[in-house]
Amino acid sequence: MNAALMLTKIRQMVRSFGLPRIIIALFLFSLFILAPFFNVNVATSLSDTLNRFGMNAVLVLAMVPMIHSGCGLNFGLPLGIISGLLGATISLQVDVAGPASFWLAILFATPFALILGWGYGQLLNRVKGGEMMIATYVGFSSVAFMCIMWLLLPFNNPKMVWGFAGSGLRTTISTEGYYLHVLNDFLKIRIGNHFIFPTGMILFFTVLAFAMWAFLHTKTGTAMTAVGSNPVFARASGIDVDRIRTLSVVLSTWLGAIGILVYQQSFGFIQLYMGPFYMALPAVSAILIGGASVNKASILNVIIGTFLFQGILTMTPSVMNAMIQTDMSEVIRIVASNGMILYALTRKTEAAR
Amino acid sequence: MRELSTKQKILRFMANNTVPLLFVVIIAFGVPLSGYSPTYLAGEVISRISRNTFLIVSLLIPILAGMGLNFGMTLGAMAGQIGLIFTTDWGIVGIPGILLAMIVSTPLSILLGWWCGKILNMAKGREMVTSYIIGFFMNGIYQLVVLYGMGPLIKIISPNLLLPRGYGIRNTVNLIGIRKSLDNFLMIRIGGVPIPVGTFLVIALLSVFILWFKKTKLGQDMRAVGQDMEVARAAGIRVEYTRIMSIIISTVLAGYGMIIYLHNIGTLNTYNSHMQIGMFSVAALLVGGATVASAKIRNVFLGVVLFHLMFIVSPMAGKRLIGQAQLGEYFRVFVSYGVITTSLVLYEVRKKRERGMSGLALAQDQEVTS
Repeated sequence: MNAALMLTKIRQMVRSFGLPRIIIALFLFSLFILAPFFNVNVATSLSDTLNRFGMNAVLVLAMVPMIHSGCGLNFGLPLGIISGLLGATISLQVDVAGPASFWLAILFATPFALILGWGYGQLLNRVKGGEMMIATYVGFSSVAFMCIMWLLLPFNNPKMVWGFAGSGLRTTISTEGYYLHVLNDFLKIRIGNHFIFPTGMILFFTVLAFAMWAFLHTKTGTAMTAVGSNPVFARASGIDVDRIRTLSVVLSTWLGAIGILVYQQSFGFIQLYMGPFYMALPAVSAILIGGASVNKASILNVIIGTFLFQGILTMTPSVMNAMIQTDMSEVIRIVASNGMILYALTRKTEAAR
Repeated sequence: MRELSTKQKILRFMANNTVPLLFVVIIAFGVPLSGYSPTYLAGEVISRISRNTFLIVSLLIPILAGMGLNFGMTLGAMAGQIGLIFTTDWGIVGIPGILLAMIVSTPLSILLGWWCGKILNMAKGREMVTSYIIGFFMNGIYQLVVLYGMGPLIKIISPNLLLPRGYGIRNTVNLIGIRKSLDNFLMIRIGGVPIPVGTFLVIALLSVFILWFKKTKLGQDMRAVGQDMEVARAAGIRVEYTRIMSIIISTVLAGYGMIIYLHNIGTLNTYNSHMQIGMFSVAALLVGGATVASAKIRNVFLGVVLFHLMFIVSPMAGKRLIGQAQLGEYFRVFVSYGVITTSLVLYEVRKKRERGMSGLALAQDQEVTS
């Protein structure tokens, strides 16, 4: 009797948390346990995971506003990333060395994010119900369009353009001398030989995440949640649904722009051209792994999801490699992340469109 | 209904065919800029028609069933590639090799299509984005099978196919044995332009099959399901079954299409060939004037010609215009994605407007009756 009760309780817990999530969490957990047996340094792994967490967390956070307002998963994240890239390249063109270039990049990226996000929001308001597919292709076409632009725009900082032609941006541009590791190195804590805590980067994310949390509890933020969970009811209570949705898309796009800048300062390179092409998928699967669904997401989902996803990305190559002498991490990443998206897409969602 | 004036007719024609007309304009500028000779262009276009048409036709059936553009056709492409890997390994050449690859791919395609259809039934209303992610997901499984499974688990006889480490298929597989064997069967030349009659016969056969299929019971069921799932269900049609069937047929055809595509090219990029195929086929179909809701055989042919003409001339045109071939290449990628985006947006906007209009009509009806 007691055992049966426990079984149903466990089953309930599994159902509410989702089987794929539990599998992924257990998988990561077992990787951490197995690591020492295969001479993989746990401290280094943890440090890497934390670093990757900081790099990607803001991009994952960019999913939250659009999910809240019922626009679905933001497969159009590349649009935000492009705003960030524009900010980054203009900041390097202005040629201010040191940490100031990072803040300048954010400053320059913001107007692009606002304008592009506004247009993107207007478009998504006209295609309610089909947002995700269109978002995907808005992302793709904007990346392809910017490929042309990167070649043609009149940038001329010799650190950015092709040496022999003197024009056209390079595919990867180093952030060294500009904002390389500005957040990473800010108040960083070194414990032992292998563990570094990137305080600045985590702090930066915490501030943004807290701001997002606070925003979702303001009047506008509550309205956003209302629009997402029941648009008809929201309209009846006098909320301008289209305006709120546009706002959420602008916010997502802006966070995408900031996210890529944070990513670059840690990664060390600005990746142009086809670089942003598939960047939406990892962010989407990360938030889903964290427990979000197509129309529900919280800051906690972002934190858990990014940690789990990046943890697996860090741990599988090293541990699996040591275990079976084969690097299967790429396959595991593809199957886990896309499987997670599929799982979320096939759940029945409460919000009637 | 009132007769439309000629001007109105022209306007409506232009509104309904925005994308093809836009392409005609691009090509009208691009062809003279590129400086290619008409014979060269004709030859290229004919070779691309024979290469791509079969793949694009595989998209028609799911559109009929109202499931939109089947980005999951990559699943069929993977099945076709696995078929080709096996026949190459067994050393079967020529047309028998192609046929055998098709036979091997069929059960795989059916299985994958059935699975894909099952999942799409769980995601009604967002079939397209789901089928798109399914393509990515299966790519992972495909890599698992081909890169790790082939060798130790699935017997591969020829060491030339395997990576030096002893398992997994090489990044490129040379299909020299079957290369162009179907194209060269009944090849004729008209004014210096080679025409692969054999492949064209196969494509003609497929077109007839599609036209015939639309008239069968299953084809009619699909049309009914595509128009309104609930009405179809009320009329006693097994909606889920019909939808799964449409995806299975599409996947099987995509597998055959991929084999024909690769036999024309002559090499198989084991881990890349299938990834782009969905996007290019979808773009070509849409360029031909198809929409997410309706597509016909003529859209396929018009689409292949227009899309691939643009594809052939744009790098050269870009080089002549700006001095960079790279620019033309990015341009054609942008146009491909732009076309798909535009078509998807137009479809959603139109759907929304129709829904609004039917709502108004219903309100009017109710007012009259009450």
